[in-house]
Amino acid sequence: MKAAETAPTTYAWEIHTSDLRVRAGRRMAVNGLDLSLGVGVHGILGPNGAGKTTLIRALATVLSPAGGSLELLGKQPGGRDLRPLRREIGYLPQQFGFYPRFTVREFVEYMAWLKEMPKAEIPGAVQRAIDRADLTSRADDKLKTLSGGMVRRAGIAQALVNNPRILLLDEPTVGLDPAQRMQFRELVRSLATDTCVVVSTHLVEDVAVACTDVVLMDEGKLVFQGTPESLAAAGGDSDVGDSPAERGYSALLGRAR
Amino acid sequence: MNHVPGDLVRRYAHGDDGIPADQVWALEAHMELCATCRQVLASHTEGITPLLDTVWAGLTPAEAPAKHRRLRVSPLGLPWIGMTIMVAAVATLLDLLAPLDTSLVLLLAPIAPMLGVAASWNKNVDPMHELVAGTPRAGLELVLRRTVSVLVLVIPALVLAGLPGGASPALWLVPSLAFTVGALAFGLLIGVTRAASVLAAVWAVLVVGPGLIRDDLPVVLQPASLPFWALSIAGCVAALALRADAYARLLR
Repeated sequence: MKAAETAPTTYAWEIHTSDLRVRAGRRMAVNGLDLSLGVGVHGILGPNGAGKTTLIRALATVLSPAGGSLELLGKQPGGRDLRPLRREIGYLPQQFGFYPRFTVREFVEYMAWLKEMPKAEIPGAVQRAIDRADLTSRADDKLKTLSGGMVRRAGIAQALVNNPRILLLDEPTVGLDPAQRMQFRELVRSLATDTCVVVSTHLVEDVAVACTDVVLMDEGKLVFQGTPESLAAAGGDSDVGDSPAERGYSALLGRAR
Repeated sequence: MNHVPGDLVRRYAHGDDGIPADQVWALEAHMELCATCRQVLASHTEGITPLLDTVWAGLTPAEAPAKHRRLRVSPLGLPWIGMTIMVAAVATLLDLLAPLDTSLVLLLAPIAPMLGVAASWNKNVDPMHELVAGTPRAGLELVLRRTVSVLVLVIPALVLAGLPGGASPALWLVPSLAFTVGALAFGLLIGVTRAASVLAAVWAVLVVGPGLIRDDLPVVLQPASLPFWALSIAGCVAALALRADAYARLLR
């Protein structure tokens, strides 16, 4: 237990944006977004092209906002604050490449080194992250021999390795089989007590089950933010969808358009 | 404060089961506060060395760090660096077969290291680009690490390639560094790969072409031009230092 772990925070929200605008190519993919996210699991829902990936990239500080303000852990990402801030972030991109000759352990270790973790802590942290992502039996296999779902889990392991306070997962459940999806939800729920987890997904059921908070985006703007229950309550029998959450999703999107 | 009797410490250190639990408790509580008694305890270590070794073995990380951790150049960038070296080798062959007054290696050497650097910091070549770009170590520090590791490979190769044609490193080393730093600085605006291509094209049209046609040493490569190259290195380094933040983002 370090002093930093028990120190009181000096900010209200782990993630706070106001009127955030982020460009993806020439298009303004996130256009005037006001969002406040605290500790818990936040599911970002929205149709294709709603700006989910661009928002996650901006939160991961790999894209600079084109306008508005973005605060992570009470600090603006930039200049001198950028490096210490990035040590507190775990990021799983929607698509990520890897060096095919790396084993899972080498891959996660390399990421831990890039995240500037103390040398002595790396081997233990890497093993824990691999265990949590359920890749223990394949830890010393080369990445190119793994299936798509396992590579995804290696990506989850590297995102977890530095015990981030902000964990950003872009479409983490793509390629996972149903049992692994359930395991993933369990993992995310176990993080929810002390981490701000942001999960972007297009699967409404993932959000309804695993998230404490739902954020619905369309065309770069916030459409709805609330609990999964209030999402389900928003839908009526006349709306499109097979489950209450799906009916709520289509009702809210339809109202916004 | 009463210190622990020497005899009790000795029995404790040798794992005597006969000491009453309350005495053990009091002894351990006292040890936490008293450096003198801890020293007495430490003098009895012969008996507990094996135990200490076991504890330390459990505390030290068992996994050896993977050897790839310090990897600097993307493994997929190596073929590109190989290609740069190949071009230098071909230039050497041409120097040997059809000697001009100006060595072809000398004309190409200033831009060759820059092209190698551009290849190693290119999001199309580096599959882990997006993962790396979000880490704290990303940014100018990582760019410079990768640049240095490319230069370490390319510059000795160029020195060797220049031997037959008499291309002295004294003439091309400073310009090649200026081009490398220039590509990084210019790359802040349009991306390193594009910046390197533009600079290489300008060099080819303005210097290599006329140099080959007129067959004399271009003015920019004569020793008198070296101060200007050094000045431009200083300018580019200053620009890099001011805008270092830009390299920590997703590059075009």
